[in-house]
Amino acid sequence: MSVISMTVNGKPASADIEARTLLVQFIREQLGLTGTHVGCDTSQCGACVVHVDGRAVKSCTMLAAQAEGAEILTIEGLAPNGELHPVQAAFREHHGLQCGFCTPGMIMTAVDMIRRIPDLDEETVREELEGNICRCTGYHNIVKAILAASQEMR
Amino acid sequence: MSGAAREGIGQPVRRKEDFRFITGNGHYTDDISRPRQTYAYFLRSPHAHARIRSIDTSEAEKAPGVAGIFTGRHVADDGLGGLICGWTVTSKDGTPMKVGPHPILALDTVRYVGDHVAMVVAETLAEARAAAELIEVDYEALPAAVSLGSCQKPDAAQVHPEAPRNTCFEWELGNKAETEAAFAKAARVVKLDLTNNRLIPNAMEPRAAIGEYDKGSGIYTLHTTSQNPHVARLVLSAFVGVAPEHKLRVIAPDVGGGFGSKIFIYAEETACVWAAAKLGRPIKWTADRSEAFLSDAHGRDHLSHAELALDADGKFLGLRVKTIANLGAYLSTFSAAVPTYLYGTLLSGQYDIPAIYVEVDGVYTHTAPVDAYRGAGRPEATYLVERMVETAARETGIDPADIRRRNFIRSFPHQTPVIMNYDAGDYQASLDAALEAIDYKGFAARKSDAAKRGKLRGIGISSYIEACGIAPSAAVGSLGAGVGLWESAEVRVNPTGNVEVLTGSHSHGQGHETTFAQLVASRLGIPLSNVEIVHGDTDKVQFGMGTYGSRSGAVGMSAIVKALEKIEAKAKKIAAHLMEAAVEDITFENGAFTVQGTDKSLAWAEVSLAAYTAHGFPSGEIEPGLKEGAFYDPANFTFPAGAHVCEVEIDPDTGIVEIVKFVAVDDFGTIINPMIVEGQVHGGIAQGIGQALLEHGVYDPASGQLVTGSYMDYCMPRADDLPSFTLGFTKTVCPSNPLGMKGCGEAGAIAAPPAIINAVTDALGIRDIEMPATPARVWQALQSAAPRAAAE
Ligand code: FES
Ligand code: FES
Repeated sequence: MSVISMTVNGKPASADIEARTLLVQFIREQLGLTGTHVGCDTSQCGACVVHVDGRAVKSCTMLAAQAEGAEILTIEGLAPNGELHPVQAAFREHHGLQCGFCTPGMIMTAVDMIRRIPDLDEETVREELEGNICRCTGYHNIVKAILAASQEMR
Repeated sequence: MSGAAREGIGQPVRRKEDFRFITGNGHYTDDISRPRQTYAYFLRSPHAHARIRSIDTSEAEKAPGVAGIFTGRHVADDGLGGLICGWTVTSKDGTPMKVGPHPILALDTVRYVGDHVAMVVAETLAEARAAAELIEVDYEALPAAVSLGSCQKPDAAQVHPEAPRNTCFEWELGNKAETEAAFAKAARVVKLDLTNNRLIPNAMEPRAAIGEYDKGSGIYTLHTTSQNPHVARLVLSAFVGVAPEHKLRVIAPDVGGGFGSKIFIYAEETACVWAAAKLGRPIKWTADRSEAFLSDAHGRDHLSHAELALDADGKFLGLRVKTIANLGAYLSTFSAAVPTYLYGTLLSGQYDIPAIYVEVDGVYTHTAPVDAYRGAGRPEATYLVERMVETAARETGIDPADIRRRNFIRSFPHQTPVIMNYDAGDYQASLDAALEAIDYKGFAARKSDAAKRGKLRGIGISSYIEACGIAPSAAVGSLGAGVGLWESAEVRVNPTGNVEVLTGSHSHGQGHETTFAQLVASRLGIPLSNVEIVHGDTDKVQFGMGTYGSRSGAVGMSAIVKALEKIEAKAKKIAAHLMEAAVEDITFENGAFTVQGTDKSLAWAEVSLAAYTAHGFPSGEIEPGLKEGAFYDPANFTFPAGAHVCEVEIDPDTGIVEIVKFVAVDDFGTIINPMIVEGQVHGGIAQGIGQALLEHGVYDPASGQLVTGSYMDYCMPRADDLPSFTLGFTKTVCPSNPLGMKGCGEAGAIAAPPAIINAVTDALGIRDIEMPATPARVWQALQSAAPRAAAE
């Protein structure tokens, strides 16, 4: 066991955990932030995407210990004052979610994508979503939502 | 537009449920934790078929954190029953299907890789998993019957001694003699062997359960990822015997997709809730993705031979089909119904086929159980019919659109030779609209343009029909269902006038909280925000049948309509009393009760409040309160239908198939929320493309190991595998339910695969290619079809 500390959604978070604890387990089980989901065990589905120091990361691919001292942003921290982030709003507006399970990962991926790539087009969005699986929507409206949000955030 | 009109029927209202999902505030089963909970881990069989000589748990029991270890012996000693199949299929010789036992935890034999051997419960999941490694199971490995093509051979390994030749049933439907006669007079017979590939469901939320027991009350509570919590409770109480029905509460909270795979009652949740009482502590289990691959009930997996008889004008005379359907190692909750009554009954497609005869052998193999998945039987039927029709067009030289037009059913009701009575439809309208949208006439030019670029271009049509609603009860009962298939609703009007609607349907992505509320709000003339849809908890909601088979609109909403009618009738009585008028003179519109021909009027909220104050109600005539329930049993299935057309381009060097355009035109009858309906179609098409081009559940034929057991091996459709889709709608109203709805959840998964394979085979100039048409298969097909080349 060892104590690790990081900032999660702007607040300090620290816990005494086993060294093998994954970042996603720390977020879900230690902090009770269950908006970040686990959809696979091979780092393929992207349901667990959070931001680590501003970059989208699959939180099942890193140990919590590796995030020591980092700034973590999860889906719960994206709309701190209750006002939806433009990507969240676009997912709702364009029906970019059905069961909602892939949604937090999709949204966190999209926020990072829009930050990195100023001129998103459909093909780029589809390529960038390669690491996020959705079984419900066929991606059609997810792509639409991300393009709309990226327009809006220009 | 007024607020009410913006929220009414037919409007693309943004979803009420979205806020919690986009902010990370949903509550899926694994998000829920109970005080003092323990964690379960299932030790699973590494063998496809083995006898268990012994299980030694002594070392594991001493491992750190272990709270309990449960095996099939404990389950049997406790007198628990096994898991059941709720549908009985009768063979053509009149004998009932042959069912082997389906224990919750294996007793002396394991029958597929992933079969449940023991449940280890510990303080943490890591401890449970570590302890499971210490369990010594002495297996005697046995030969396995894995492949569908050979499992009925006399020398094949036996899955259940009860079912010789691994044959569970040999079912038939239709008229054999008439079909023979039709073939005898045929000008041409088209024949095709077809494989419908095995799919693995992969709802993104893995299955999960939390079992609890309250000693004081004797009440068990099960949180579980279910599409039908009441059915789960019924099975667990009446058949498995975990607890009496009134002592068992089943809660299906937010559920992250189901697609059929969460209809069924599985071993894991059964073991968790049962053992919670033994331990006196809650037990939580969440599948990891590998377990989901191994143990969720799979879908499809048919081998078929089909023959279509035509006259000289390309008119269909008869269809005969022989199908072998994989049931896996055990019968799952509805598995016997899927390749029979959900399949054979749809083999008439959209066509007037005077004679049909189908035989289906349901067979056991040493693989995971196969049950309803995203379309369930109907994709298999549509694939067969639409591949046959396409092949007939090519062999007769009739244009594929024309041969369909020549054979469409045009007058309704239409009785097919395979049970179904189609009530309404206009198949040519959808086909014409789809062909227009894809510019069918311009295809030849696009094909030659593609050829100049070295690409092979093809176009494929699929004119599909499905039977949805999965009802009425009397009909399904006569066909072998062990349950009735109606739906329930209760409308509770609160004294302040806002409304709770308790529905027996369950939403796991379909948006019921919005669509159902649209109906209620527009009927009562109140804002959408004043309506709450309650579902998924057997303690709150009256018995209901749940959501599958695209039934919640047509059946679930119809139940709400019936309850609303009763509410309106009673509210009118109250309004009449308050305004001292005759009930017949009260009209209810836009949320106001008015005495006809006067300016006397009362608002909805005033009448709601009066219902609960009940001052001066004429005694005996009006009871206080405003709450009504209804059970709705439809008169017929519903028949959504439409045409999907797909255009592909194939790179002959790589074999990669690109879908350049996909058009879907569907007739779903009345649409409550077009935004949600379009989303349902998109998701279905993506599944259809997945089946046609990417997905394939593969077992090693010798060892029975699941080869495609992770996202590294099983090719899920991803965003860059798919195009955006072009959708359109035509409308014929369904006459058998009050709203005229038909259902939309499975259309894409049903319609898309044959459209794609018809397009791929068109592009390649070949008769058939097996799904999934992967680059390797396409490339191979091109090599064997050589010297036909790209620039031909
Ligand atoms: S849970 Fe992290 S990628 Fe699937
Ligand atoms: S919305 Fe259900 S998995 Fe994406």
